[in-house]
Amino acid sequence: MEMTTREFWSMVHGVGFGGLYLLGCTGAMVELWRRYAPSAAGAVTAADEWFMQLYLGAMTVLAWLAVLSGTYIVYPWYRAAPGAGATDLSRYPQRLLLASPATAGWHSIGMEWKEHVAWLTPIAITMSLAVCVRYGKDLRNQPLLRSMVLGFVLASMVAAGIAGFWGAEITSHAPVRGGSAVQLLHGGSQ
Amino acid sequence: MNDERELKSSLRPIPNGSGAAAVLSAGIGVCAVAGFALAADKMPAMQRLMIFYRPTGPLSGVTTSAVVVWLLAWGALEVRWRRREVNLPSVGAAAIVLLILSLLLTFPPLADLL
Repeated sequence: MEMTTREFWSMVHGVGFGGLYLLGCTGAMVELWRRYAPSAAGAVTAADEWFMQLYLGAMTVLAWLAVLSGTYIVYPWYRAAPGAGATDLSRYPQRLLLASPATAGWHSIGMEWKEHVAWLTPIAITMSLAVCVRYGKDLRNQPLLRSMVLGFVLASMVAAGIAGFWGAEITSHAPVRGGSAVQLLHGGSQ
Repeated sequence: MNDERELKSSLRPIPNGSGAAAVLSAGIGVCAVAGFALAADKMPAMQRLMIFYRPTGPLSGVTTSAVVVWLLAWGALEVRWRRREVNLPSVGAAAIVLLILSLLLTFPPLADLL
């Protein structure tokens, strides 16, 4: 069982960083909504505060890794230009998509939107982390600020969801291929 | 005496200015992503200017410039507001408008209408 290095990095970028980020979003929103609500029962403990900061810190790291790996590792392979006279475009996903009117939209709408909207995510979640670190348990006394943080976490999830959806669709139509083979597992012969 | 001072300081709420600075600058940052992307799409000279890293093309300059604008805005607002109470509803409204604008302006069919 093997995959190429480009396929491996696409998977790390999309499933590893992006997918894990999306999984974390609902947890952050529930915790912010429940624990930091002004009407919530019981005080916000130091352990709650520490957990929230650690959780948002992990999400911030994932968000930055997702956009940086996408922009500087995977995207250059996606937009690579073939040499003059090349007829096999299977290693040039952008050119492959643009070669047919039936698939051009996956690039001109999908990738064009994905590559920019994804960058909303690390900005929004870094801000949320900074506010939680600065205010800690006092965030409960700042209901509007808490709502703003919740709104930005929600927006980051929407942006990451848009990027993830288009990324998955584009990969199914024109996957990034090439590079050396990475052996994942040795399967038994039948 | 010191304990009393520490207790008073811990009971005093943190001014909302620091949070407002973070929220508004995030709004400015996400809108800057859309703004630079739009400018690079509409102006060939801007598109060339935004190529900071050739394999990634203009996306490298668009996103790096937006991050720089965001961090500069955050630093400037933090310095001005960190010890103040600011009008959070107005700041929050501005940030939400910028956020929605950025979501809309990064959508190519809408950006193409401009």
